[in-house]
Amino acid sequence: MSDPATLKHTPLESAHVACGARMVEFGGWFMPVQYSGIMEEHKAVRSASGMFDISHMGEVLVEGAGALAWLESLLTNRVGKLGLTRGQYTLMLDDKGGVIDDLILYRTGEMSYFLVINGACRDLDLEWMRSRLPSDGSVVLKDQGDAYAAIALQGPDSEKVLRSLYPACEVPKRNGIAPLTESTGPVPSPVPSLVARTGYTGEDGFELFVPVAEGITLWESLLAAGVKPCGLGSRDTLRLEMGYPLNGSDLSRERTPLEAGLDRFTGIDDSEKGDFSGRKALESQRSAGLPARLTPLKLTVSGPPLRSHYPVISGDAVIGETCSGALSPSLGEGIAMAYLPPSFSAPGTAVEIEVRGRRYAATITTLPFYKKA
Amino acid sequence: MNVPADLRYAKTHEWIRVEGDTVTVGITDHAQAELTDIVYAEPPKVGAEVKAGATAAVVESVKAASDIYSPLSGTVTESNADLSGNPALLNTDPFGQGWIYKMKASSPTEVEALLTPEAYTAQIS
Repeated sequence: MSDPATLKHTPLESAHVACGARMVEFGGWFMPVQYSGIMEEHKAVRSASGMFDISHMGEVLVEGAGALAWLESLLTNRVGKLGLTRGQYTLMLDDKGGVIDDLILYRTGEMSYFLVINGACRDLDLEWMRSRLPSDGSVVLKDQGDAYAAIALQGPDSEKVLRSLYPACEVPKRNGIAPLTESTGPVPSPVPSLVARTGYTGEDGFELFVPVAEGITLWESLLAAGVKPCGLGSRDTLRLEMGYPLNGSDLSRERTPLEAGLDRFTGIDDSEKGDFSGRKALESQRSAGLPARLTPLKLTVSGPPLRSHYPVISGDAVIGETCSGALSPSLGEGIAMAYLPPSFSAPGTAVEIEVRGRRYAATITTLPFYKKA
Repeated sequence: MNVPADLRYAKTHEWIRVEGDTVTVGITDHAQAELTDIVYAEPPKVGAEVKAGATAAVVESVKAASDIYSPLSGTVTESNADLSGNPALLNTDPFGQGWIYKMKASSPTEVEALLTPEAYTAQIS
């Protein structure tokens, strides 16, 4: 638990309290973990719509003639393949190939980009980025983390809700970004509010970025439109059902994206991607062979909810430990992710997971855990 | 919060009901509300020796696992089998169908150390 004096607060805190949120410390932020209940919130997002305060996440603008080349050297995915208004999942690695952060990069203009980074490592990310800026001034980096209130609107009804609140808004396609406007006519520059069709739940949905002063109003409009307030608890079960990694649990400086199975978000197989931070380490790891792979597991018997740091066992040997786990609300089964030796990555391989001294039968499975009917 | 007048309470939010020499143990309404959606319960096995203040059972919500401490020392005589199929009974009926185990107390005077309904109400308010 961090020092209460340094705990950071989002612009939506009073709205959470008004909605009956249970607030907890998460990554240095005071955040809602749940309102009506994790199961109910989870199901609302799978069947209708829910909203999450994601104001703790950081927003960074990168602009200038050198922006593309600099981002190519900083991030794993190939930035050059992004068309205007398009976004991509990407990673920022250290020289050893360890994950500093995973993030979404959007191209908002010919030479301008919008990055959304994780809340718990905003300062570290910015320090890493600033220390690598070219000295010629060709890249301008602006930390906008405290300028935006951000809300993720997620679930199959999201588009309907967005259109009802913003009839004039040009709704972006999947992974795209657009100005969030309430009226037709010219969009001011820089754009005060943005909407991206991205999320962390596996459902259709949007991430809305508005000036801090407009955050509460947006939250209340969504609430009035019938969107269910959802906390970090359901955000975690929703993302885990999809097998989306969580930095700090499934990703860390000790693991590379290859071990995490995120090869397709790195440019190492893309002939047009040049050098980037961590590339050499990834290449040598690939030729030497991976020490472990992030492997999806599920219990084959009924048992307690899976959580992080439970031993994974084969025969009498501990072969790894879970890094994320849950009782999947959609499936009613225990699901988990663990870094295991590659010889255990074949789906159907039988292992056991130990909880409080008892072993429960489990099997290696495939992602996503949850597939829409 | 419901705090039935015929029960005694542990500071750690368990209740006991004494009927003859059988003591029934469960968690309070306040505890279930704090824990939220309970999705798993691991009551003690029949015949297990439990000790006052020591972990006797575990209940888990989606978010966290919580130890349940035995309010008294003694031997478990019955374990609520309905909880494995329906752990939500702990949320919906904590003082009734959501009981966790029954026991025979080895030191019945330990009851004196438990809170009265009035004292427990004061603790949670």
